[in-house]
Amino acid sequence: MSDTKEMKVIEKQAVALPAEQTKPGPVFTPNVDIFETEKAITLLVDMPGVKANELNVDLRDDTLTLTGDVLPNVGAPGEKIYAEYETGRFYRQFSLSEVIVQEKIDAKLSDGVLRLTLPKVEKATPRRIAVQAG
Amino acid sequence: MIYRTLFGAPSRHFGSSFADVEGMRRQMERLFETYGDRPLARAGAGVFPAVNITEDADAYYVSAELPGVNSADLDLNITANQMTLAGERKILEEAADARYHRREREAGRFSRAVALPGEIDPDNVKARMVDGVLTVTIAKAEKAKPRQIAVQ
Repeated sequence: MSDTKEMKVIEKQAVALPAEQTKPGPVFTPNVDIFETEKAITLLVDMPGVKANELNVDLRDDTLTLTGDVLPNVGAPGEKIYAEYETGRFYRQFSLSEVIVQEKIDAKLSDGVLRLTLPKVEKATPRRIAVQAG
Repeated sequence: MIYRTLFGAPSRHFGSSFADVEGMRRQMERLFETYGDRPLARAGAGVFPAVNITEDADAYYVSAELPGVNSADLDLNITANQMTLAGERKILEEAADARYHRREREAGRFSRAVALPGEIDPDNVKARMVDGVLTVTIAKAEKAKPRQIAVQ
């Protein structure tokens, strides 16, 4: 990964939800990194402006749902005179193929980035069986 | 689901034509906002980070979404009529055996100059980083503040 790359503006992706919203306002897809190790699946989700109590992580059956609300105009009072980005709710859903140990799920939110660790069930960790010649 | 895994673009749900129309309407609105009289500049100069500016009687507020950027990696400078914001977003290396399924978050350097819309007091600037959102509060110059005039 080259660290000296210039960053570009990527417009936030607005989503259309399957059901209509009760609250008005746009809904965005947060950017995620997902990686897997032998023990766990980890998600890193960019959710700028979301407070921990406005963040909802829901795992039901195999579906993981992430929802985060951004309160409008926090820290920036007054009238809008120039705008390049919009704020709104973040929403994203994943379907998990691995079996997760629900009790050990760990979620941390710092500087607008959620780190979600989903430990895999022991059985799912690969076991190498040595084949003996005989 | 197949669509998601293949193309990694999970932003669209098919099958809800009403929602599609809603999205289209919003995009049209955006288009008109850009060319209408509302001062909205979509994606601005195309320079990261995108900024929003608000004002009240005493100050301008410049905000930018910088999730995961350490405040130590930010360099903020202010002159009489311009603010420059430079920095670097770092994404740490994970465990060596990590296999990535998705990599959408970007890292890299950025540098942006923002022209301020009015006269400011460069000695009275505050910056705060909360939940990945940077807000810079820039006090207006005394003479640029609105003054109430009593009508006799």
